[in-house]
Amino acid sequence: MRNFKEFAADFGWPRIIIFFFLIALFIGAPFVGVSVSTSFSDVFNRFGQNAILVLALVPMVQSGCGLNFGLPVGIIAGLLGSTLAMQFGLTGWFGFFGAVAICLPFAALFGWLYGLLLNKVKGEEMTIAMYVGFSLVTFFSILWLLLPYSSPAMVWGYTGRGLRTTITLENFWGKILNNFLAVRIGQNFTFPTGMILFVALCAFLVYLFFRTKTGTAMTAVGSNADFARAGGVSSDKMRTVSVMLSTMLGAVGILVYQQSFGFIQLYQAPLFMAFPAIAALLIGGASVNKASMVNVLVGTLLFQGILTMTPSVINSVLQTDMSEVIRIVLSNGMILYALTRKTKVSK
Amino acid sequence: MPNVPPLLSLKGISKDFYGNTVLEDVSFDVEPGKIIGLVGENGAGKTTLMRILFGMPVITETGGYGGQIELDGQPVKFKSPFDALDAGIGMVHQEFSLIPGFTTAENIVLNREPMKANFVCEVFGDRMSILDRTAMRTRAEKAIDRLGVKLDTETLVSEMPVGHKQFTEIAREINRANVRLLVLDEPTAVLAESEAEILLEALRRLAAQGISIIFISHRLHEVATVADTIVVLRDGRVVKEAPAAGTSVRDIASWMVGRSVDAKRPDLASRKFSGEALKVERLWVDMPGEAVRDVSFTVREGEIFGIGGLAGQGKLGIPNGVMGLYAGGGTVLLHGKPVPLNDPRGALSMGMAFVSEDRRGVGLLLDETLEWNIGFTAMQIQGGYLKSYLGGLLKLRDEAGLRKLAEEYIEQLSIKCTGPKQFAKELSGGNQQKICLAKAFAVGPNLLFVSEPTRGIDVGAKELVLQSLRHYNRDNGTTIVMVSSELEELRSICDRVAIVDEGRIAGILPPDADIAEFGLLMAGEVKQEAAHA
Amino acid sequence: MTKKFDFKRFVDDNVVVVIFLVLTAIATPISGLSANYILQDIFTRIGRNSFLVFSLILPIMAGMGINFGMVLGAMAGQLGLIWAVDWNISGVWGLGFGVLIGLPIAIGLGIVCGSVLNRAKGREMATGYILGFFMDGVYQFVVLYLMGAIIPMRSAALTLSRGYGVRNTVNLDSVRQSLDKLLMVKAFGLNFPIATYLVIALLCVFIIWFRKTKLGQDMRAIGQDQPVSNASGIPVEKTRIIAIVMSTVLAMIGQIIFLQNMGNMATYNAHRQTGFFAAAAILVGGASVTKATIPNVFVGVVLLHLMYIVMPRAGAQLFGSAQIGEYFRDAFSYGAIALALVLHAWRKRRGVAIDRAGMRQNTVDPDAKGGVV
Repeated sequence: MRNFKEFAADFGWPRIIIFFFLIALFIGAPFVGVSVSTSFSDVFNRFGQNAILVLALVPMVQSGCGLNFGLPVGIIAGLLGSTLAMQFGLTGWFGFFGAVAICLPFAALFGWLYGLLLNKVKGEEMTIAMYVGFSLVTFFSILWLLLPYSSPAMVWGYTGRGLRTTITLENFWGKILNNFLAVRIGQNFTFPTGMILFVALCAFLVYLFFRTKTGTAMTAVGSNADFARAGGVSSDKMRTVSVMLSTMLGAVGILVYQQSFGFIQLYQAPLFMAFPAIAALLIGGASVNKASMVNVLVGTLLFQGILTMTPSVINSVLQTDMSEVIRIVLSNGMILYALTRKTKVSK
Repeated sequence: MPNVPPLLSLKGISKDFYGNTVLEDVSFDVEPGKIIGLVGENGAGKTTLMRILFGMPVITETGGYGGQIELDGQPVKFKSPFDALDAGIGMVHQEFSLIPGFTTAENIVLNREPMKANFVCEVFGDRMSILDRTAMRTRAEKAIDRLGVKLDTETLVSEMPVGHKQFTEIAREINRANVRLLVLDEPTAVLAESEAEILLEALRRLAAQGISIIFISHRLHEVATVADTIVVLRDGRVVKEAPAAGTSVRDIASWMVGRSVDAKRPDLASRKFSGEALKVERLWVDMPGEAVRDVSFTVREGEIFGIGGLAGQGKLGIPNGVMGLYAGGGTVLLHGKPVPLNDPRGALSMGMAFVSEDRRGVGLLLDETLEWNIGFTAMQIQGGYLKSYLGGLLKLRDEAGLRKLAEEYIEQLSIKCTGPKQFAKELSGGNQQKICLAKAFAVGPNLLFVSEPTRGIDVGAKELVLQSLRHYNRDNGTTIVMVSSELEELRSICDRVAIVDEGRIAGILPPDADIAEFGLLMAGEVKQEAAHA
Repeated sequence: MTKKFDFKRFVDDNVVVVIFLVLTAIATPISGLSANYILQDIFTRIGRNSFLVFSLILPIMAGMGINFGMVLGAMAGQLGLIWAVDWNISGVWGLGFGVLIGLPIAIGLGIVCGSVLNRAKGREMATGYILGFFMDGVYQFVVLYLMGAIIPMRSAALTLSRGYGVRNTVNLDSVRQSLDKLLMVKAFGLNFPIATYLVIALLCVFIIWFRKTKLGQDMRAIGQDQPVSNASGIPVEKTRIIAIVMSTVLAMIGQIIFLQNMGNMATYNAHRQTGFFAAAAILVGGASVTKATIPNVFVGVVLLHLMYIVMPRAGAQLFGSAQIGEYFRDAFSYGAIALALVLHAWRKRRGVAIDRAGMRQNTVDPDAKGGVV
């Protein structure tokens, strides 16, 4: 049995503090008049909403490309999918899965190009990924205005062209996954069964992928690129595949997010979406070069738990809204911790 | 003059790393203005001795050393390389340590720049002084003059030929005001013949000015010409200290490699080989530090072929080049079929396997389980250990199969571990090496390259590793090409041994040949007739 | 010896600059803005922004890349100004007071930042960026919750109505353009804020002087090769921290100059884009992650801001929407940073490959033929 100190050093103090902080929030909630059932309902909801975006980071971490600050590349593909599905007038299940079907080829293409680029800049992926994401988001801001979208549900009412900043999904496929087989318990608790099932399905597929020959090779590339090369595996190819996979998951991730949120957010909205996802993954125990399904699930649950609980509980305690500060310090502090941690390179 | 102590005196220096003795009772003196030629095979202890002399932190971290170092008759103990520098000892390493974007002059006076103080220094300290460029140039020129070579002080290091970099480095050491002893570790390794001549000339000049020099080189004829005294290290001991005058290169070579016991190989007569397994022609490999220039040889079917030579001469480049891990060219035929170069997958697909000398860097996935490590290549190249689902649509890792494979080899090679699920990094060096062997065996190769199979593992494990190679060769008839720095090892297991020097095969000898013959080949004394044996 | 001007090579080495030149050359006439208007705006913006951009030079010299952690300095500057306003010290004295308050804060933050970056060698830029975000949270905590509650504040005009925390916008009327107007010269129908220019010129002189000092030489050495510098006895970690501290202090002064020109301060947002603008400017000016010069700063500030001036109008003229122009300039600024970083990483790899190829000529036997690479 390992002693606690060793475990803590390995797992990282920040994670342990966050874990106990969340537990304290849940214990404290009833005393300050915050409904625990509503809180749980919110946490599950937000967990499902964000989990696939977090999951999308795993392939690139595993293949040694680091934290995918360029997640917006996938998000943009997802936005193309949902806006096009809407433009084609698809609604309900057709709408959601139509959007998935449309976004995947875009994501694959973007991911392939993005992967080629990252292979040329090995060692500096993270900063470059960040700015590639930023440029693509701003570039697409122009396209949202210029592309010939015409569905009245999406374009600005007064000019008749250019997409709106937020587009409601109410009459299309809003909450379609959330409401599928949803379980209501009491007044305030709803379990979004459909969405959680979908998340589970995606996680399972990724899990299966990492048990295939390609998945094994990818993990080996991330673990020791020279070993993989000596074993006849092309690390560039594996990295490209991982970036494509990451981008495609990012696209699907934003679609799930949208249907739960009820709106498509365009323009500058995707700019910083990578950061909370990265923070969640790291809180789950992942490092810059190793991540697992457990990291994704635990991390998303913890991080979204904190985000849900702090505004209500802390605000009731301190009579002031400090949730924003806590969110910023917590998520960026976590990323900072991971980046500055002397990575234990076993060499 | 019996009362004048020598400049440097090593007295009974000994050192062990975790019970593994690398230096034992090493003693010799360095007189002012004399050149000592220090020779020895890899692992003879030259590097460790120099590290002790320089007070490198790695020495104290591993428990310090025994014996005493005396400078001018006074015992000294350097805590860091900077102490050694202050005492007037300079060192020129094998790799260049120069700032590429700086000029010759800037590099020569690096961190010892002459400065002009100004009022800001009063507040913020010396580092705010302005550099005195003119003085920097004058000092650099003075150092270059002492060397007696032509160097432009304003050329950027990045734009210099290698020879000039070497001279810049030496000039930097002699620029120190009090430098009295200069240690040069293989300074001619990167130089062309003519440049090496100039360097030797410069060393003689320095010695004439009263600077003592410890000159480490494997090019024995250089040592024989430039040194006053030759010190030969073998297995951590000084085996010979002799004046250079009257000593032949052949003498030095046999002192360097000579051991009392001769290899007895009664088995050789019964070994029979048929046909040609591997034919290498005009191979060159661009492996940093182990470049292969032009190598041709043939390995017979079922043979254990040894490749030896000193470090940095290119013996490691041969397997790495054939297996496609470093860029190379030339022709390689396996059973008459051409092997694609620069393509690891292609080389592996032809049925060759490679146990890398860089066990932890290339050989293992340290952060993964043993079963992954053993089964990886077999899975990736031969599609083994995959299970089909949904009528072949989905193929997943066959975990049970991998475990069985791992268990088999753990049993067969008696690998000490807690089980197939243990992480590779948790194993000892010897057991890690066995995992690497298991990985290669698992693909059932028709030709196996083994590079430095016993490096860094203890004696017991060494014998086990060699034993398993011998058995594998005998039981499966697999041709093995073994590269090793340990001549004894090659002579004990191989059917023929090739010696590589400066990127070329210096000669191929039977394992029971006279030890001095091996020594001469290693020392770069190429016999023309042997070159194409 | 005159080198023949190699056009292709020049374009190759300065792709980012050339792209921006072409871009602004096309957009400027389309915008239909008068030369006078554009020039005046450019001259104002040079005064406003250059100092901030200069704060990036030293870390680049020390091999730490673009110091995205400079926003820490910007925050220190803002804290200084908040106090200057709170104490009601007006004019240039107010700015001086702001610098005086900001100085210890900037030094402290610089030491923190430098130490953090020392723990993240090889990924300084990403780490500096995240550190900026992290400190933004801390800054918000201090300014929004502590100021007026624990840290005493005098001015009610600054404080939120709930009694503590600083208002979202701080009115800087008391120090507004006090440096710019100290010595405003009118010529050719344009206004030149000479005093600000003098401060910037002083900084240029300082940087030129600093490069000649021992410390400057050490930074250059570390920037090129850390192990060699370390082996020759240069204190690598300490020097890197000094570079970051100096950068943070300069950013602090730069932010104060920036804000006095703007005349008011978005308390919680003003610093957020500082790093982005400075990085974009210096890279657009032709600097790389390892090499930056004084001309890079000026070229960059002029080109980047010329684009910021003309793009919205050009967009409005071309597409009937200024919004498109704004997205265009954002896309190009982000794109410029991405491109400059990619080109640099790519060149570095190519350089290594060329070096290897050069070594290979030593490796390969001249007679050895039949080799294919």
